[in-house]
Amino acid sequence: MHDMSAHAAAHHGPPTSFIRKHIFSLDHKVIGKQYYGLGLVAVIIGMVLSWLMRIHLGWTNAAIPGLHLLSKTGAPGDVMTPEFYLQLMTMHATFMVFFVLTVAPFAAFGNFFLPIHTGAEDMPFPHFNMMSFWTTFVAFCVMILSFFVGDGPTLGGWTQYAPLSAVGSVAGPGQGAGVVIWATSLAIFCLGQLFGALNFIPNVLDLRCKGMSLWRLPLPTWAWFITSCMGLTSFSVLMPACILLILDHVAGTSFFVASNLVINDQLQPHSGGSTLLWQHLFWFFGHPEVYIAIVPGMGIVSHVLICNMRKPMLSHRVLVYSMGALAVLSYMVYGHHMFVSGMNPFSSLLFSFPTLLITIPSTIIVLIWIGSLYGAKLRINSASLFALGFISMFITGGVSGFFLAQPSIQILLHATYFVVAHFHFTMAIAALFGIFAGTYFWFPKMWGRMMDETLGKVHFWCTFVGTYAIFMPFHYLGLAGNVRRYSSFPADYMQSFVGVHKFITIAALFTGAAQLIFFYNLIHSRFRGKPAPDNPWQATSLEWSIPSPPPHDNFGGRHVVVYHDPYQYGVESSTGDYVMQDSPEQVKTEHEEA
Amino acid sequence: MAKFFAVTILVIAILSAIPIVRNTWHPVEDISTHGQAIDDQLSETMWEAGISFLASQILLAWLIWRFSSNRAGEKTKSFPGGAMGLVAAAFILVGVEVLALGIFGVKAWANLYFTPPGSDAMPVQVQAGQFAFYFRYPGPDGKFGPIHADKISEASQNFFGLDPDSDPDAKDDIVTAEMAIPVNREIRLLMHAKDVSHSFYVPALRIHQDFVPGLDLQIHFTATKIGRYEIVCSQLCGLGHYNMKAYLDVLSQQDFDDWLRKEAAMQ
Repeated sequence: MHDMSAHAAAHHGPPTSFIRKHIFSLDHKVIGKQYYGLGLVAVIIGMVLSWLMRIHLGWTNAAIPGLHLLSKTGAPGDVMTPEFYLQLMTMHATFMVFFVLTVAPFAAFGNFFLPIHTGAEDMPFPHFNMMSFWTTFVAFCVMILSFFVGDGPTLGGWTQYAPLSAVGSVAGPGQGAGVVIWATSLAIFCLGQLFGALNFIPNVLDLRCKGMSLWRLPLPTWAWFITSCMGLTSFSVLMPACILLILDHVAGTSFFVASNLVINDQLQPHSGGSTLLWQHLFWFFGHPEVYIAIVPGMGIVSHVLICNMRKPMLSHRVLVYSMGALAVLSYMVYGHHMFVSGMNPFSSLLFSFPTLLITIPSTIIVLIWIGSLYGAKLRINSASLFALGFISMFITGGVSGFFLAQPSIQILLHATYFVVAHFHFTMAIAALFGIFAGTYFWFPKMWGRMMDETLGKVHFWCTFVGTYAIFMPFHYLGLAGNVRRYSSFPADYMQSFVGVHKFITIAALFTGAAQLIFFYNLIHSRFRGKPAPDNPWQATSLEWSIPSPPPHDNFGGRHVVVYHDPYQYGVESSTGDYVMQDSPEQVKTEHEEA
Repeated sequence: MAKFFAVTILVIAILSAIPIVRNTWHPVEDISTHGQAIDDQLSETMWEAGISFLASQILLAWLIWRFSSNRAGEKTKSFPGGAMGLVAAAFILVGVEVLALGIFGVKAWANLYFTPPGSDAMPVQVQAGQFAFYFRYPGPDGKFGPIHADKISEASQNFFGLDPDSDPDAKDDIVTAEMAIPVNREIRLLMHAKDVSHSFYVPALRIHQDFVPGLDLQIHFTATKIGRYEIVCSQLCGLGHYNMKAYLDVLSQQDFDDWLRKEAAMQ
């Protein structure tokens, strides 16, 4: 049944025209590459915005040549205004969270490799899959549009707390058209991700090839499957929330605006809405979103590490169960973003306990990685360096979670740079390290050429040391009470922090510049890299049993049959110390799980 | 390269811990009666998180150092005890750790939120608006006059929308741009926002509470040390958010009475 459905359900002929091959393609691999390209463009935008913000934080009155081209009112004389700082900050976070951290590890790599990992020819609904990318692309274009409409993009932060976000331009620049465009873009984005999840889930459940039991799926595919389930249930909450927010702007509703609000001496024509309703809806999406960003990274890093350790993880199942536990708990912990929001303080305690409990599956995952390193034959290359760097970053980001899980400590640390440090280490930097590890590992398969290892290692060293230099001092600033989302620090007790901000800015510019090495390596290797063999890393999962890059229907019409768990390393076989998943060769292995 | 990587992780971990061990960066001095429990909780968490951080990073560095050497012909080995030992360790060590933090943390939180203010606590009202705090004292009658949203006007400096002509309770209300309180006297702070969400963050008082438009909130505290402290907004409220601040003067009872008299005379 498995092999028949794998071939029948997803079959479509090879494209014949340029447009159907490269633009409106039904091929999951092309769609994956399109998502990857979109992520690259978005990460460049997000990174440049962060540079501009950092320069302003270090040298508030500095003129940044050319800045007025981005906004005449926001940068008179090329000097950033406080409101323009907030607009750039909001766009930095929005592009990074949605169009990089959701798109790259999940939609890009997931699209390319999930059907190959399951042994399918394509996704079950290729037209929906194509629409998923193009819907996301439209969302991206709409978000870009906000720079050029009215008084620029919204300044309300990626969390868009109401009523600042819901009352219109009276609340500040970008709060009228800027918010409507922001919410429209994200509502479209949600639709795109739902189309994606509706392909990923049935692919895993229904399109597995013969012999591919669920436990034989590689870890990234488990991670994408779990992430899809989260996406299905959380984006479907953000989308209506965004629609209600738009209605508050354009239809005179008051979902998120209470009665009797006075802004700029004008009594607002709203009544009966709830300020906290937006926060509940947003964070019910927002906290699972953190795991949507990081769980694919966990799967990718495990996959990369296993190959480079030449042995499987201590327990495949425990890792899968732990990622699943993170997903389930992520819905129960969202209230820790709202400890001091004004919700019932008893609720804060209720949300605190699952938040503390979520450290258990996180710790199990880290311990499994660390325990698996024991006795490994570790290969050091760009991919494994980033995978190991991911573990270091995730540990650092994880321990600050102990603090933020406690309502009493959030009295000191809420909305400070300590929080900025925490979420950057976990969902941003660790997730980016996952993307880098995946890129260096899978590039040969995706583009049929090898990346330059020396450049990859230089890129790693600059990024690893640089990100610690940027984000570790954020903890110290937060402990001392440095409030986030400030364009400068006029409070007396914060003025001594400016020196640290200057240091961080220099580190950020350095680390950002180091990413040029990556972009160069990516583009140069794409066209001039050494041709990649089918299996350059001597790896075992199905993507390595097909040509690099794979043919249109992945397996060249072969009815693939799987005989083994995905990670048969550390064995004695005819090929060396590993056995491909689809090799009928029987080997004795000490790592096979019951 | 692996050994160099291991050493780098070790050096970063140690360098990161130095400012914490030397206490270079710390919250401002606590001047509240409830703050000690919060500080104790922070310090306990710092120990536990610090040990977890250092132990994990050192272990990671050691494993990279130890198992990256090229040992041709040598077989990979499994971790003694397997996965279940580690899962049990995570459940026991981390479970106990987080349970302890959670349970002890309840006390610090409860001190602030689950105990009612004393009947003799002094009421002060704070209103947050883009981009300033205003404070109101009830005057000799001990009663606040009602707020009329339609009368709120920065232009005419009627920040609270008071109507003293119609509301006798509002006649003696004292509105100020700075907050002053007597030392060692419990304060019952009545909080509301007139426009968007803001926050009342006073690190020295170990108080951090958002304003919720449409919702009247209350918090209570006692300051124990005379001095001038800062109140800042920590909830993004618009273009002037970074500059939304006010001073809190903790005064002796005598100085406070004098200050209040002077402010009353200026109304």
